[in-house]
Amino acid sequence: MTAAPRTLFDKLWQAHEIVRGDDGASLLWVDRHLVHEGSHHAFAKLAARGLSVAQPQLTFAVADHYAPTRGDGAPADPAIAGMIAKLAENARAHGITCFGLGDPRQGIVHVIGPQHGLTLPGLLINCGDSHTSTHGAFGALAFGIGATEVAHVLATQTVWQRCPRTMRITVSGRLGPAVGAKDLALAWIARLGADGARGHAIEYAGPVIENLCMAGRMTLCNLSIEGGARLGMIAPDETTFAFLKGRPYAPAGAAWDAAIEAWAGLRTDPDAAFDREVTLDASEIAPIVTWGTSPEDALPIDGCVPDPAAAPDETSEQIAAALDYMGLRPGQPIAGTPVDQVFIGSCTNARLEDLRAAAAVLKGRKARVPGTVSPGSTLVKQQAEEEGLDAVFVEAGLDWVASGCSMCVGMNGDIVAPGKRCASSTNRNFRGRQGRGARTHLMSPAMVAAAAVTGTLSDVRPLLKGRV
Amino acid sequence: MAGWTRLQGQAVALPVENIDTDQLIPARFMATPRSQGYGRSLLHDMRFDADGTPIAAMPLNRHADVAILVTRRNFGGGSSREAAVYALADFGIRAVVAPSFGDIFAANAVNNGLLPARVHEREAEALIAQLGEAAQPATIDLATCEIAVGPARIAFTLDPVWRTKLINGWDDIDLTASHGDAIASFRAARRRQAGWTWPGAWPGDGFETGASKRRR
Repeated sequence: MTAAPRTLFDKLWQAHEIVRGDDGASLLWVDRHLVHEGSHHAFAKLAARGLSVAQPQLTFAVADHYAPTRGDGAPADPAIAGMIAKLAENARAHGITCFGLGDPRQGIVHVIGPQHGLTLPGLLINCGDSHTSTHGAFGALAFGIGATEVAHVLATQTVWQRCPRTMRITVSGRLGPAVGAKDLALAWIARLGADGARGHAIEYAGPVIENLCMAGRMTLCNLSIEGGARLGMIAPDETTFAFLKGRPYAPAGAAWDAAIEAWAGLRTDPDAAFDREVTLDASEIAPIVTWGTSPEDALPIDGCVPDPAAAPDETSEQIAAALDYMGLRPGQPIAGTPVDQVFIGSCTNARLEDLRAAAAVLKGRKARVPGTVSPGSTLVKQQAEEEGLDAVFVEAGLDWVASGCSMCVGMNGDIVAPGKRCASSTNRNFRGRQGRGARTHLMSPAMVAAAAVTGTLSDVRPLLKGRV
Repeated sequence: MAGWTRLQGQAVALPVENIDTDQLIPARFMATPRSQGYGRSLLHDMRFDADGTPIAAMPLNRHADVAILVTRRNFGGGSSREAAVYALADFGIRAVVAPSFGDIFAANAVNNGLLPARVHEREAEALIAQLGEAAQPATIDLATCEIAVGPARIAFTLDPVWRTKLINGWDDIDLTASHGDAIASFRAARRRQAGWTWPGAWPGDGFETGASKRRR
């Protein structure tokens, strides 16, 4: 008798299941727990019960959400400084390694996890942040949790979960020039909706996915949550292994060999069934921008925003409200919309490859609008500076600043002023996400660079002619 | 957390889809301890204009003692911030009725005794139409998974695990403690069979990364 074929997700889930309750909930082992300043609620819960952290050596802390990106590193706002100090204090009290302000290992949690080799195939990774799905790019079971669950993981190194349904998104065809993972992600979210993958674990598969570099895979898995998925994942392969080898916390020597052996089995069996299958043809995807206040409000750069009058009754009110907030006219072409500023950063698109893509557009050109470039980690910042990318951004007139979540979430004070329009490489165009009344258009880093150069939402492809 | 089975309170409609957690509590209000209360921050930018004046048309500003919110699809999508649930709970909301919820939000809600009641889109719309701009007394019963507003009786969907949890008000950490032995043996087996899953030590003291070594 042969074992039933299993998906990658099934294999990872089963490998972490400690017990399954009669009601169907599973208690899962957590291999890596990443905490940040926002985890203060969870540490307060532990303190209230007099509990300690069960496995401090599997827990890592990093300052990112409130990290200042300008000045000498010391936050001026006492509330923000307090959040960062609280994290360091909690980490110290519980014996957790902390990459705090001033530590060269600091950066956005979903950038540094992979960069330092903390993120590995086959691990279950939790963090009190919805974009934890990023780590699924390595073939890990990685999902965001709330503060009560963070406290539970701290106290027990386990998490209770109901098994999600499975969904495979197979991407065939070929990505066009200057079209990448961000466009792929926004394309499927526009098609299925911001809750289209609710309750599902996504596996991305197909030739286009196999050809993505790790940065692209991370962008794609990162945005899984914007389509409502519980998590996203990609089977690990040679690209994954090459990325990880020699990373500081990655296994070495005999442990590396054992890991490689274990990782080889981390793929979906040929006949394994998914609860849902979706296919995308990459050849049909153009550079994409969002026009509204949800990531599902996305369209190709050569498209026109919807007209509420032409939409069905149940959506017209919603479209009208989004257009009103965004200051756009019904049916207008999205290209040519003037922007006030640009932002390149976030756990979605601030890796070295992202910065290179933006710099390829900006090199030798001037930005017509102000903007900020915040690298995904302090190490990415160093690497970019070694390549001279910082000079490209600065000569174009953009601010080259320190690493953190910055203007993606606006917690550290980096915000977009009310009514201002920002072309942004981030993940959420929610109302007020980048600051009250801010108008956010999501797009790839190269498209943000195109908006900077032209001062309007623009197709990046003509700007790259003869450059790449 | 206290469990509950039956809830009676005022229901109001908030007919907006995609109310994400950034709207439920804008990021700038999250640097305070829970003990200060998060109710004032709930849907802050929808409830107050730029100078802090309450927006009169906002249903939550028109009615006092609202316990049940009826809204549209994808409520609580986005960020995992549990503060979104704290804001609802501290404001007095005990149940949200909608066609769909963000997964992480819904789990956070249940962990704080707040019911995410999923209903068919058609029924959410009917309830929204029935409530209009008024607040109406409503009853929610976890035993029957039913909402009653006036003559209307609407069934809602709720994961049975969550239903039990809401009714019992159980704390997961206590529940998990009863599996202490299973956890200990799982950990031992994983250490033995998959030792590579434990992080290596950071090489040397201070910042001496593989990447920086490679660069030299």
